[in-house]
Amino acid sequence: MKKKEVVAMLLAGGQGKRLKGLTKNLAKPAVYFGGTYRIIDFPLSNCSNSGIDTVGVLTQYEPLVLHSYIGVGSDWDMERKDGGVFVLPPHEKEDGSSWYRGTADAIYRNMKFIEQYDPEHILILSGDHIYKMDYDAMLEYHKEKNADCTISVINVTLEEASRFGILNTNEDLSIYEFEEKPEHPKSTLASMGIYLFKWDVLKRHLYEDERNPDSSFDFGKDIIPLMLSNQKVLYAYPFEGYWRDVGTVQSLWQSNMDLLSDNPPLDLNDPTWRIYTRSPNQPAQYIAPDATVTNSVINEGCIVHGNIDHSVLFYGIEVGEGSVITDSVIMPKVKIGKNVRIHKAIVSENLVIEDNTVLGQDRSNEDEILLITEEELSSLNGQGVSVSTNN
Amino acid sequence: MSELMGVINLDHELDLLNELTYFRCGAAVPFAGRYRLIDFVLSNMANAEMKDIAVFVRRKYRSLMDHLGEGRPWDLDRKRGGLFVLPPDWNDSSDTSHGDLQHMRNNLDFFKRGKAKYILHSGSQHLCKVDFCEAFNYHKETGADVTLIYTKVDQLEPEHDPCLRLEIGEDGFVSNIHHEKDHPNVYMEMFIMEKKFFLEQVRHCIAHGDSYFFRDAIQKNHHNMKIAAYEYKGYHAVINSVESYYKNSLELLCPKNYTSLFKERPVNTKIKYEAPTKYLDSASVNNSLVANGCVIGGSVENSILFRGVKVQKGAKITNSIIMQKCVIGENAVIENVILDKDVNLPPDRMLVGDVKRPFVIAKSSTL
Repeated sequence: MKKKEVVAMLLAGGQGKRLKGLTKNLAKPAVYFGGTYRIIDFPLSNCSNSGIDTVGVLTQYEPLVLHSYIGVGSDWDMERKDGGVFVLPPHEKEDGSSWYRGTADAIYRNMKFIEQYDPEHILILSGDHIYKMDYDAMLEYHKEKNADCTISVINVTLEEASRFGILNTNEDLSIYEFEEKPEHPKSTLASMGIYLFKWDVLKRHLYEDERNPDSSFDFGKDIIPLMLSNQKVLYAYPFEGYWRDVGTVQSLWQSNMDLLSDNPPLDLNDPTWRIYTRSPNQPAQYIAPDATVTNSVINEGCIVHGNIDHSVLFYGIEVGEGSVITDSVIMPKVKIGKNVRIHKAIVSENLVIEDNTVLGQDRSNEDEILLITEEELSSLNGQGVSVSTNN
Repeated sequence: MSELMGVINLDHELDLLNELTYFRCGAAVPFAGRYRLIDFVLSNMANAEMKDIAVFVRRKYRSLMDHLGEGRPWDLDRKRGGLFVLPPDWNDSSDTSHGDLQHMRNNLDFFKRGKAKYILHSGSQHLCKVDFCEAFNYHKETGADVTLIYTKVDQLEPEHDPCLRLEIGEDGFVSNIHHEKDHPNVYMEMFIMEKKFFLEQVRHCIAHGDSYFFRDAIQKNHHNMKIAAYEYKGYHAVINSVESYYKNSLELLCPKNYTSLFKERPVNTKIKYEAPTKYLDSASVNNSLVANGCVIGGSVENSILFRGVKVQKGAKITNSIIMQKCVIGENAVIENVILDKDVNLPPDRMLVGDVKRPFVIAKSSTL
């Protein structure tokens, strides 16, 4: 195999329990975002745009959709003779087999994959976040500092800091302490879960960590503290720009809504930094004479007869006459009948919403986002709402 | 359908779409917000699982080649067979062929290497969703030498004038092929023939100094052949002029046409990675087709926007076709206009064409 300077390892095995019904049969990185994407499109496109062409995707929870979605990676320009994208589920070995026990363990168990490319550096990514980032610029910084590990950080408010892994740094941004969700944060630099390691240094620490019976095999909780205690050189790499964890129904909804302002903080129309995705190949969207569409993002294949305001519509959706959709995210191929009212909701894919259905009106808690999946719809049956799926 | 191999022969298609065909052939003209005209016949062939498809091109084929690439969107980037775009590159000094027979004579390898026993020969100007499997089964059932695909047109329009018509006898076979303009049986420039028979006819035509396969081998020879006629009944449009292009484009705004062209079997095209379209607070869009990557701040009515069009606030677009990556400045007014790709219309400008004869602006024009 040809030597690679950097190999990226994308942790995509998470379940994303807080996304509730959206991850019932789907790994979190495969969850839909922004009218056409899946979350994993962001780290994969960032790799592609940063010139990183060798990526291992570590899967575990409900990997079927994710595996077929990634395929040979040609949509992200990763179908390569040397390198490319590789899906790496847990596998059996001579000494027995088990699931990935943690993020660091997942890398440890795929050392053979990494060693094939004899890389200088290893980039650890997660499939949980929406952001555009040039990893190549981070690599330059990492090399300039001659760091053993560089961790990408984002400045959060002091109140938010207690919800993140916080890095305490010296003035030159070298890290002296890592605190997971500190009660009294000393800094506001939150780890983005993006790590760049010298491979030989990481490898030694993975071996050491595997021998520790008390370890949870996690980068944040175990590997970083271990490196700090071993006097390794760790630097924080400050990132400025849009970065969101979309791990809850509320945050996924909010992040979709962030796209709807006239000058959104995340520009998906930037020709110099395209976000690639698997094209559903749908015809141009049809907006009927009686429709109104404002403050919205709408994908191809939609046929809109109703009124859409401040909403995100994925591909292949039909909205019947007289229906009103506001502050909502409608996932692919949902068929919405006539005179339906949907407000502040996420509707999951392939559902059929019958005529005159009202969803999300008169809720007790106005801040709550209604998540409509097949199960929730079934439970509404008999209350003037009938439901079927059109799979 | 590995029994059938495809030929898309563009040799006789004249580039009659004025500004739209200055720098590209008719088959490469953008259509319906994200397609090129050739996508429809190619997708029909791909949907019939045809594995070997050749495209005969003679001129202005650069944009067509860029669009087709190796044929991946149609799943035609195959190890064996697949899509072949064959430009006029022939160097055999003993070659005496003329016209479209040159393509056939000089690409004999394509026909010989393909395992299929039958060929389907088509142009690109008749937009339709013919099920080629059904037409092929009909061809085999009737035992004809050749099967021509036609459609009955209730209301003949000027774009049908150049089309050939089929006279069908009581036995269901073709009794005459002519240009009588008021005859409703419009030949769709698609025929099916056994490959061996086809190659014999090619050889015969060349030996007799002929220059147009369909006219010389089939039309003039119809007395000596058993010619079946397969009637197609679905969506059909002929695009051979700016007027027919404009009219048939805007007729897609009728949901019936849109559904029959797009919703059954897929029409594939080159993949672009555009974000979904963004409608701003000031957007007002009615009765329009919009592709991805657009940002709309103005008003759009009875129009088609291709991928990546920007319509700034206060701009007003009516009855128009705006191709890829055009930018319509603030308060500009456009009515009955076709803008080819990459046209930048400055703010406050006004472009108005005639309802029947739209105003066409060539690619990359600066106004």
